[in-house]
Amino acid sequence: MKTEEHHIVENKFDQCIKCTICTVYCPVVPVNFSFPGPREMGPNGERLKEKDEKAYKEALKLCTNCKRCDVACPSGIPIADLIQHARVESNHRPPRLRDLIIGRTDTMGRLISRTAPLANTLTSSLVFKFAMDKLMRIDQRRTYPTYALRTFEGWYHHDAEEKQKQFKHQITFFHGSYVNYNYPQLGQDLVKILNAVGYGVNLLDEEHSCGITQMMNGQMRRAMKNARKNMKSIREAVLQKQQPLIATSSTCAYTLREEYPTLFNIDNADVRSHIETATRFICRLVDEGKVKLAFKSDYVMHVGYHTPCHMERLGWAMYSTALLRMIPGVDVVVLPSECCGMAGTYGFKKENFDMAQKIGEKLFSHIREANVYTVATDCETCKWQIEMSMHVRVMHPISIVAAALDVEETKKLNGI
Amino acid sequence: MKFDVVIIGGGLSGLVCGIRLQEAGIRCAIVSTGQSELHFSPGTFDLLSQMPDGMPVTHPVEMLDMLEEDHPYRRIGRLRFEHYAEEIPQLLYRCNILVQDTLLENRYYITAQGQMKPTWLPFADFQLFDDPHHLPWKKALLLNFEGFADFYVQPIADAFQSRGVQCQTDTLVLPAVERLRQSLTELTSVNIASIFEYTEQIDELVKLINPMAAESEVVVLPAVFGLSSSASYQYLRQRLDKELCLVPTMPPSVPGIRTQRQLRDRFCRLGGTFIVGDTVERAVVNHQEVEGIYTRRQEGVELTADHFILASGSFFSHGLVTENDEVKEPIFGADVSQKAHMGYGVTTDAQFHPMLQGQRIKNLYAIGSVLPGFDPTREGCGGGVALLTAFSVANRIINQMVEL
Repeated sequence: MKTEEHHIVENKFDQCIKCTICTVYCPVVPVNFSFPGPREMGPNGERLKEKDEKAYKEALKLCTNCKRCDVACPSGIPIADLIQHARVESNHRPPRLRDLIIGRTDTMGRLISRTAPLANTLTSSLVFKFAMDKLMRIDQRRTYPTYALRTFEGWYHHDAEEKQKQFKHQITFFHGSYVNYNYPQLGQDLVKILNAVGYGVNLLDEEHSCGITQMMNGQMRRAMKNARKNMKSIREAVLQKQQPLIATSSTCAYTLREEYPTLFNIDNADVRSHIETATRFICRLVDEGKVKLAFKSDYVMHVGYHTPCHMERLGWAMYSTALLRMIPGVDVVVLPSECCGMAGTYGFKKENFDMAQKIGEKLFSHIREANVYTVATDCETCKWQIEMSMHVRVMHPISIVAAALDVEETKKLNGI
Repeated sequence: MKFDVVIIGGGLSGLVCGIRLQEAGIRCAIVSTGQSELHFSPGTFDLLSQMPDGMPVTHPVEMLDMLEEDHPYRRIGRLRFEHYAEEIPQLLYRCNILVQDTLLENRYYITAQGQMKPTWLPFADFQLFDDPHHLPWKKALLLNFEGFADFYVQPIADAFQSRGVQCQTDTLVLPAVERLRQSLTELTSVNIASIFEYTEQIDELVKLINPMAAESEVVVLPAVFGLSSSASYQYLRQRLDKELCLVPTMPPSVPGIRTQRQLRDRFCRLGGTFIVGDTVERAVVNHQEVEGIYTRRQEGVELTADHFILASGSFFSHGLVTENDEVKEPIFGADVSQKAHMGYGVTTDAQFHPMLQGQRIKNLYAIGSVLPGFDPTREGCGGGVALLTAFSVANRIINQMVEL
């Protein structure tokens, strides 16, 4: 009896009632009819694999891992997890050079940031993009992310670390590769807000890429290694130092909390509930009356909030929108929730570029209809995709809050 | 997190109630598990098609007094019933949901099984008939996509022929649809509909159909057009030489899914907070008042509000569950009417406040199919009960909050 129960829980796909609701919410199906759809790839996948293994493996690569099928499933089946499991398990070949490069966000960041101005000029040149397209199959129409000369860690250790000790409360910040190498300003914005309400910001003893980009690019071993190292540092911060862990990137937060136990098979039950997004953490503090925020009266903005797929899966978009709505001059429109098509490194790949843009078209049309010039979102790759495809500015909610914050007044309110 | 109203359930009832409240400036959050019966609905809202004893109904309003005491319609009362039934189509139009208003007189549509059923607000996809025994055509062309098993032409052809319509049936072979057939189980209404989101594909279809339909007055097709808006069936209707008659398919329902999306979009646009893929795990009730609820994804964060609305649906949506031969309401443990013939559901007072061990919970309301006292399949009133109870409770809350 016990074996049977166990069996049913482990093989949740048995509960699939073949209703196809997941397919409705899959962003890939409408733009690529050769993608068999989440139900077929997930719950039906085992059978399909036997029928035509090669076609199945190829189709697995088309999944953007957006998790919208999980959210939609009436039977509570983790469809996307099944698909990603199958993808990881079916991948025996070493990754191609391109996937090695785009998957290692941290290594690339380390290498490039030292020569950032030069690298940024180079990666924006058409000749370079053409060469990368032909040699590496990174689509030449894609705008490359820019790198910062001074990393977030560099700024933190030099300019901020000393001051953090004075605060009564302490938290740990998982900055991720994006904040560290591409956009340190976001990390600085977070430090500015948290310091103003009396919270000191710490970094993990040793932070590595959360691992999801490696996992998605056939570098399973590297991904696991990063994840294990991260878990060690996270345990230290959460269990020994008693500091909650927050991340500005919704995908980092999602990976550390949800993908580690399911896809990486790393148990994080002891720390999981202490990991959250920066917007949820701050929103909660305000909501529970622990801190107060004061905003400039002349900060005015009409902004559309785009829910990143992983934020949708976390079910936490409301904390970001609630935080934005606390600013008196900010008027927030929540855009209908659609995948932007970028899906991490998916949209960089030449074979996916057209699909990524077609997927994004729905979201782009919502942005046009909403008549906004600023879009707020918690995901860095959504930002790249929207900024590349449309003439709008994309900001992280934390950056908007930081810009609107009346620091002196906030400090006074919180007795700092 | 504090809201004015927290609604448990993101189906028809919960969403319409939320939209009504947001339109009145009341801040709502809806917690939705992600599924809703709308995905499986045929694409029309019924008000009252038949009395519990099987007598067909043409004017629902006139039959109200003959329903059982604890039927939700009786609790709403005739005056309000008429008033809400007039307002509801307006609310749906504001959501871009195009329904054909029958002005409270039942008219007929063709079901997937080829029956002529009375209904109240069918979506503009479908043809409406005044007389169930007569069809306005002499020759019809009935078409299906090759291999599409969720639509049967034969019973529809039988229904047409028995009403004196000469029928020609055929199958459609379209390259884009053929690609779906590589995997037979994927040939579903939803997947076909996603092909016809593109006008080029509808053009291909029209090129195929027009010559076939030379002899016919009307072309009958499965309702697989318009997943995200009504644009695609309107375009099809425009391009076809002959009249178009769409007939609902087996679930999942393309018009139903579209409606779910349009309601959700409208709610979010009005500033409502829609929490999807989340499940309410427990509620804190003190002194006959709900203080807050906890959900699976929000973990330690309590959702609090002045009013709570239970719109969690019936058995299919797990708004009701069976446990040890007993029907239970899993979130509040509210009292459940156990009379199978009356329909299981949460017992409430006349204002739809659920009872907890015989005492009413003051700031909680129940709406939609979690209520007892009606049989949606037999009476054909599921959509109407969902919509009217949502309106009734929303108006009550608006009156209270505006007075304050």
